[in-house]
Amino acid sequence: MRAIDRKVLRDLWLLRGQALAIGLVIASGVAALLMSLSTLNALRETADAYYERYRLADVFASLKRAPTLVESRIAAIPNVKTVQTRIVQFATLDVTGFAEPVIGQLVSIPEGRQPLLNQFVLRSGRLVEKNRPDEVILNEPFALAHNLVPGDQLKAVLNGHQRTLKVVGTALAPEFIYSIGPGALIPDDQRFGVLWMGREALEAAFDLKEAFNNVVLKLNRGADPETVIQRLDQVLTRYGGIGAIARKDQLSAWFVANELKQLATQSKMLPTIFLLVAAFLTHMVLGRLIATERSQIGLMKAFGYGNLEVASHYAKLVAGVALIGIVLGLALGSWLGRVLTELYGEQFRFPTLLYAPSVSASVLAVGVSLLAAFAGAAGAVRGAALLPPAQAMLPPAPLSFRRTRFAASALGRWLDQPSRIVLRNIGRFPSRAALTTIGVAASVGLLVLALQWRDSLDYLAQSYFFDAQRQHVMLGFAEPHATTVVREVAHMPGVLAVEPTRFVSADLSVGPVTHRGALVGTPSQAILQPIYDDIRRAVVPTPPAGLVLGTWLAKKLQVGIGETVWVQILEGRRPLVELPVVDLIQTYIGTPAYIHINALNRLLKERPSVQYVSLLVDQNDAAELYRELKGLPAVSAVMVRRAAVDSFQDTIARNLMVFISMFAPLACGLGFGVAYNSTRIALSERGRELATLRVLGFSRGEISYILLGEVGLLILLALPLGCVLGYLLSVLMAASFSTELFRVPLTIAPSTYGVAVVIALAATILSAAVVRQRLDRLNLVEVLKTRE
Amino acid sequence: MRIVAGRPSRFNGVLAAGSATNNGERMTITLQARGLTKVYHTGDVTVHALRGVDLDLFQGELVVLLGPSGSGKSTLLNILGGLDSATAGIARFLHHDLTAADDASLTDYRRDHVGFVFQFYNLIPSLTARENVALVTEIAARPMDPADALALVGLAERVDHFPAQLSGGEQQRVAIARAIAKQPEILLCDEPTGALDSQTGVLVLEALDQVNRELGTTTALITHNTVIGQMADRVIHIADGRIASVEKNSTRCAPEDLAW
Repeated sequence: MRAIDRKVLRDLWLLRGQALAIGLVIASGVAALLMSLSTLNALRETADAYYERYRLADVFASLKRAPTLVESRIAAIPNVKTVQTRIVQFATLDVTGFAEPVIGQLVSIPEGRQPLLNQFVLRSGRLVEKNRPDEVILNEPFALAHNLVPGDQLKAVLNGHQRTLKVVGTALAPEFIYSIGPGALIPDDQRFGVLWMGREALEAAFDLKEAFNNVVLKLNRGADPETVIQRLDQVLTRYGGIGAIARKDQLSAWFVANELKQLATQSKMLPTIFLLVAAFLTHMVLGRLIATERSQIGLMKAFGYGNLEVASHYAKLVAGVALIGIVLGLALGSWLGRVLTELYGEQFRFPTLLYAPSVSASVLAVGVSLLAAFAGAAGAVRGAALLPPAQAMLPPAPLSFRRTRFAASALGRWLDQPSRIVLRNIGRFPSRAALTTIGVAASVGLLVLALQWRDSLDYLAQSYFFDAQRQHVMLGFAEPHATTVVREVAHMPGVLAVEPTRFVSADLSVGPVTHRGALVGTPSQAILQPIYDDIRRAVVPTPPAGLVLGTWLAKKLQVGIGETVWVQILEGRRPLVELPVVDLIQTYIGTPAYIHINALNRLLKERPSVQYVSLLVDQNDAAELYRELKGLPAVSAVMVRRAAVDSFQDTIARNLMVFISMFAPLACGLGFGVAYNSTRIALSERGRELATLRVLGFSRGEISYILLGEVGLLILLALPLGCVLGYLLSVLMAASFSTELFRVPLTIAPSTYGVAVVIALAATILSAAVVRQRLDRLNLVEVLKTRE
Repeated sequence: MRIVAGRPSRFNGVLAAGSATNNGERMTITLQARGLTKVYHTGDVTVHALRGVDLDLFQGELVVLLGPSGSGKSTLLNILGGLDSATAGIARFLHHDLTAADDASLTDYRRDHVGFVFQFYNLIPSLTARENVALVTEIAARPMDPADALALVGLAERVDHFPAQLSGGEQQRVAIARAIAKQPEILLCDEPTGALDSQTGVLVLEALDQVNRELGTTTALITHNTVIGQMADRVIHIADGRIASVEKNSTRCAPEDLAW
């Protein structure tokens, strides 16, 4: 090895503390990018492979009842490749040891084999067999939630008949990555489960001999689902079809797509910020580091090394420092990516995971980091290499400083000299001071952003589950019921108050924009499920006529108050009406369109009916109420608010937090890296000045004040700036995060700022302590001799 | 311990602690070294920088320490100035034992009693001449006004200039003003003219001479320039870690008469 290359290694070893701190900054940027993109890629690929492998359908349709003969008409629709007709029904289940009623979605499968489409992964046990009408396969999350294994039994009310079902297997299916009960918004594996049963068994149980009420289609590659859906709707209308949907609108697939979209947003924003901050710090730190090498560069030139050799020598040093960070970052990023992918995989319950660290993300991260490092060092190396060697070996001339008007002011005169040194140094190098400040502010901002999610989700939960809903239990019926059911429910044990709600599937259109959703029929004085506007923080009375739209939906349809919306009801007589928008409300979940329940019933030209009943329940009698509900065949969903809140925290909140919490330690690393590097470089630049002060009789504490005071002052400036930055980042994130499923309200608790500030201060104090140790070991004798 | 200027100091000696007879006149010994030894161990190499130095510096005298590079003169000055510790022997400031003092005591000693002048000035670039002096007067026990100190070295007109705006000689005179503004008992100068041409060097020596005469500050000046020895009361030759000889000048030459 050449001596000059040995010098690179020795210098790296000499600078190991700083090299590691710079490496930490680079590593956090590289890791953030690699982790996010690898996870995103892995989840997308895993989901796609899962859908493909288990033949998830492209089009889904529900109807009342159609004879099996219709199947051939569906198969004749152009571009339809495979048709799978099914029976899908809801049933109330009674799981031993679980007080509340459980809703089961029964899905038919051919006995003894997998269906053509929407197949499942058998996780334990076996398929259902012919002539065994009581055999079921449970979806695994539901089985796990109740500790059910093949061989166990559970009771169910199927079409009014009490049955005992025997579990023969458990399975996972791409159709039910998220299994969400009717009317529920959030998966709840304890209260909702999917049960696969033999087709013949379900035909018999629900009087659907030689008939089906659900059909799924696989289309030819590249076919447009919308045209197929139009044709399918035409076929199914007379069989009670309520509008077919494409895979992207299928509940589970839509949920997964939403999650991935959120992840993609996060993957773009957070790592970009990280990498930018890291690049910019690397630039600053390496530039200053090389500047302190000035006399060495002079010496090398004096020996006869050319400018190019000098430059390549320092390029190697810089590459060495950057490589430490890159290697650390790649290792950390691919490991964190795997952890994150596994966490998500667990949430999504993918049977297998396809994880590989993203090559393109690695290349990108390495490229940006190296570029930043070289760009940072280039200016300093060039400056030093251009000096004549004799001049480079001499100490640099004293830096010129100017007196400012501030020095002459009353406050300026009152300052002691050490404080003056601190202020003049900041004033002399404003861009350097700004870089340090911005660097620390960025890490504080990222911390605020990371920590703020908890606040937003808490606020969302409070607004949605408590301000906008006051019922304890909500009952859903498979079919709309006459309003007399409300009175019946009111007489059940423990029921203190009841309130009806009606849901009707509908297409809402304005001009060319159509939104497939539902109308929610609400009574005038709704108390339990009122129309709640989060902007006014108040319940909005239900207007006697016209629509109250969520702002997201209004924006999608581009309508305002006073304008009209065409509503195509997708049930019953399927009326098409034009309705005025009378009010707008802010909600964070869903895209509701409210209408007075009486107005809705008039539109449908049906006798007044309800589909949901909200209950206020005396908790002492809740157990008895649940017992009675288990026997009610008509009830297709029992939603307990407390359970919904728990489920929200378990699924949506957890998914978000998983990702965000990965960034908090990286932000801490960044903060420490900035604070340590700034102080450490200031020390090497000003070691001589500080040692002189020690010789002049200044104590360790006093010289620490000068060195750490400068960084301290900048950090004090950085803290409020970081809070502002955190707020702005949160605004940006919340805005880019909105989906139809939910929007994230921008809420930052004061304590969040506090925690971010405390973490940043702790990182600073830690780095100050490390540097202070070096200050204590300053060699006083050296300064008396020569310079540098 | 006495309280001076509201601040406890570990080093506030009563003058006239040690004394000796010199020409029948009793003179106070400001700094004293007895058997001072310093051994450096760097790796496997052992360097005997000082090999048992006995030395008295009297109050108000100007001493020039002459010797070649590596003779140990800087090491001696560093130990006497409280910057370095001795391996053996005793160094005393008045009746205080410097060799037994801890870091905090030595900091106080430097702060209140010793002025340093370095070869490369070591001014703080971000402070003006006046502020560089004030840096020291703010923490000293009985300082003079920074402007007065600068006037004493002939820089009354340059008080608001930054180091970058001053010539080398001017910067060194600011350093002298900074060293004497605390009114130290001892002024230690390590090659103060080493980085200057002879004309400018003379100006700096004039400032040192003037301070010594007007304030009566005990002054020790390291140089390898024998000419400078002529302005001293005594010239101490150091070689190989020992005092080789001491010569006394009957009269001190004025710095302006020196030339090299």
